[in-house]
Amino acid sequence: MIPIDNFLVLSAILFSLGMYGVLARRNAVLILMSVELMLQAVVINFVAFAVYLNPETFTGIIFAIFVIVIAAAEVGLALAIILRLFRNRQISNVDEADLMKW
Amino acid sequence: MTYEEAIFYVIAAVTVAGGLGVVTARNVVHSALFLILSLIGVAAVFVLLASEFLAIVQVLVYGGAVTILILFAMMLTRVRDIAGPMDGPQRPIAALAAAVFLGTTVLAVKETEWRGNTEEATVVSIDQIGDVLFTTWAMPFEIASLVLMVALIGSIVLARGEEGE
Repeated sequence: MIPIDNFLVLSAILFSLGMYGVLARRNAVLILMSVELMLQAVVINFVAFAVYLNPETFTGIIFAIFVIVIAAAEVGLALAIILRLFRNRQISNVDEADLMKW
Repeated sequence: MTYEEAIFYVIAAVTVAGGLGVVTARNVVHSALFLILSLIGVAAVFVLLASEFLAIVQVLVYGGAVTILILFAMMLTRVRDIAGPMDGPQRPIAALAAAVFLGTTVLAVKETEWRGNTEEATVVSIDQIGDVLFTTWAMPFEIASLVLMVALIGSIVLARGEEGE
């Protein structure tokens, strides 16, 4: 069988990739996609811990479902905000949205 | 190496390759397609973790809805026409931060002695998930549906635009 370490390392790699994307990318949609990668890493961790260490109550699986729900809601709202930003100011790069920057 | 581990490594390689593609692709549409690859890879990881229900949800919600939404947003904001580099000047710092995080996390995983059965996943059936979701977790479940409805209305209000625009 597969030891739990493999899943945790995979999740760490995915989270680091997402973190790099969030910090390095300029476009808001690409940042959102990197956030999705990070959420996926977290979900893998939740499910791995649930099925390996806590199969009696498997809270992690329930939490994973809620994370997916919140991620779906978040994508919808974030894309609406990005559309709004583009329509009002014709930009979609986050470093150009500096109206409130001192 | 057992055959299960071999399958895991193949799936993990596909998932990580997809993730790498998302953060390094020069074309934003390629980035979105790599994201689909990575998300399907995560669904396969859920199958390996004996959680078929989550795998199905993953393919439906992410493969079906989220990536389509993202592609729509790309089309509407004309991401492809934007001039200038895709990454900001802070890229080396971002790479360093991600590498440091990866190193620390992997070290922590390798050093920790997990209590319990760490060698084999226990199958949790869909019946059990449904049972606890509507008994123990009924309240969070209702709140999640409320959050979804608020997000739905909020997205429509935000994206629709004002009257007379």
